[in-house]
Amino acid sequence: MMIDYLPLLILFVVAAVFAAIAIIMPSLIGPKNPNKMKQEPIESGMIPFTDARQRFPVQYYMVAVLFILFDIEVVFMYPWAVLLNKLKVFGLIEMGFFLLILLIGYVYVWRKGAFEWD
Amino acid sequence: MDLSSIDLRAIGAWFHGLLISSGMSQTGIHVIEALVGALLLLIFGLTLVIFLIWLERKLAGRIQDRLGPNRVGPYGLLQTVADALKLLTKEDVTPLDADRVPYNLAPGLAVFHVIMALAVIPFSNRVIGADINVGVLYLMAVGAIGSMAALMAGWASNNKYALIGGFRVVAQLLSYEIPLVLAMIIPVMVSGTMRMNGLAVAQGSIFGFGWFVWTLPLAFLIFFVASLAEGERAPFDLLEAESEIVAGYNIEYSGMKFAWFFLAFFMNSWVLAAIGTTIFFGGWQGPFVDQLPALGVIYFLGKTMILFFVQAWVRATFPRLRIDQMMSFCWKFLVPMALVLFAAVAIILKLNLPQPLEAITLLVANVAILLTGVTLLGRTQRKALYAPKRAFTPTIPRL
Repeated sequence: MMIDYLPLLILFVVAAVFAAIAIIMPSLIGPKNPNKMKQEPIESGMIPFTDARQRFPVQYYMVAVLFILFDIEVVFMYPWAVLLNKLKVFGLIEMGFFLLILLIGYVYVWRKGAFEWD
Repeated sequence: MDLSSIDLRAIGAWFHGLLISSGMSQTGIHVIEALVGALLLLIFGLTLVIFLIWLERKLAGRIQDRLGPNRVGPYGLLQTVADALKLLTKEDVTPLDADRVPYNLAPGLAVFHVIMALAVIPFSNRVIGADINVGVLYLMAVGAIGSMAALMAGWASNNKYALIGGFRVVAQLLSYEIPLVLAMIIPVMVSGTMRMNGLAVAQGSIFGFGWFVWTLPLAFLIFFVASLAEGERAPFDLLEAESEIVAGYNIEYSGMKFAWFFLAFFMNSWVLAAIGTTIFFGGWQGPFVDQLPALGVIYFLGKTMILFFVQAWVRATFPRLRIDQMMSFCWKFLVPMALVLFAAVAIILKLNLPQPLEAITLLVANVAILLTGVTLLGRTQRKALYAPKRAFTPTIPRL
């Protein structure tokens, strides 16, 4: 069983080495003559007048929180889905309750307006 | 040359025999074989991308009544190579205010995640990097690294456009991951396995009658729309909307570092097309594949190319959505529909109907849910359209 994962481990190493080369290579090959003006962040021809890291609309953070909730619920469904053929009707009822709880949360989030972007 | 002599298993067996005769231990042989496989996957991925970029540019050109690349090499085929060489000789500029560690790590991570995703894709019955029993889950886990790379790039660049792009990446990729995963769970339920190869085998009838796209068309539609969003493609490409935020999260990157993001983008699209092929279009299945296993690779690559073509077609045709439209389309339309479909398919499978009847019931349920969803969506949209839009709320005098 664990031998199945050996190729993954090797590929992990190969991909990591390749990624490291990908990061290091450009700075070795290309020309190097940096100057202050070149290293300013691009702002379509303007000299930046504020720091880029400012307050950001809360909806983006909300989406990230919702993702954690929903995605974990869905990942819980996967082992159940694999075993569906072997489960009895009781398994279906269990999943019904699981979905019901998920649905209550979903309706609550919707009514609270977390999906609204204005 | 005799076509039947091309037997991939024979090549594998020959290589295996060669290693055994060299007198290595069992573990050593496994490691060497896995290393060769990993390098093959890597080379395959990189060469493929060169072709895919050309293909997409040519297609977009033809669709938009342009010529597309046609100067370098026959039909412009070497255009991508020329571009890569040009990018290699460019200066690697790092902004002074950038957060250096995540800034430099991000392109590497972007490349890393697409190479890792290639591991579980079954090119043929035997040609698969690692046939692990949690293939679908693995793909989800690896895919999530991509949004992290984009966010890191956006945050570390210390550029306003990059930051907006990075935040849009998070919002979009995370939102659309849920319908994507919910659509992928439905074939898993029907076939009872998470193995990517197992999913392809489960659709095993010769002329494609067993493909899940016939019995579960709605699941495929949800998957396809979500994969367009996950692949950062138009109409969901507002995380790199050129007209608003110039290029999105990779704006500060120059030379080869930008090229790695570009490569990751194309390979990611192709991987999503390959997943779609495997779980909805029977993967490597096709006529005469049992007699000639090498045909499986051709079938698989052909089907994937068709799906990739449709993605490119959509990209070249549709205009961009607004972010609020994109978000409500995901959360208020795709997610509820996918959840209802999930429940319906689970109940139908538990009824234990005989085979042709079960497939027909699944199809009917899919179409019914799709029609209901579209009708409801149309009704609410029409209601919103005809509602008077006033800039003020009138005060009604109370007597």
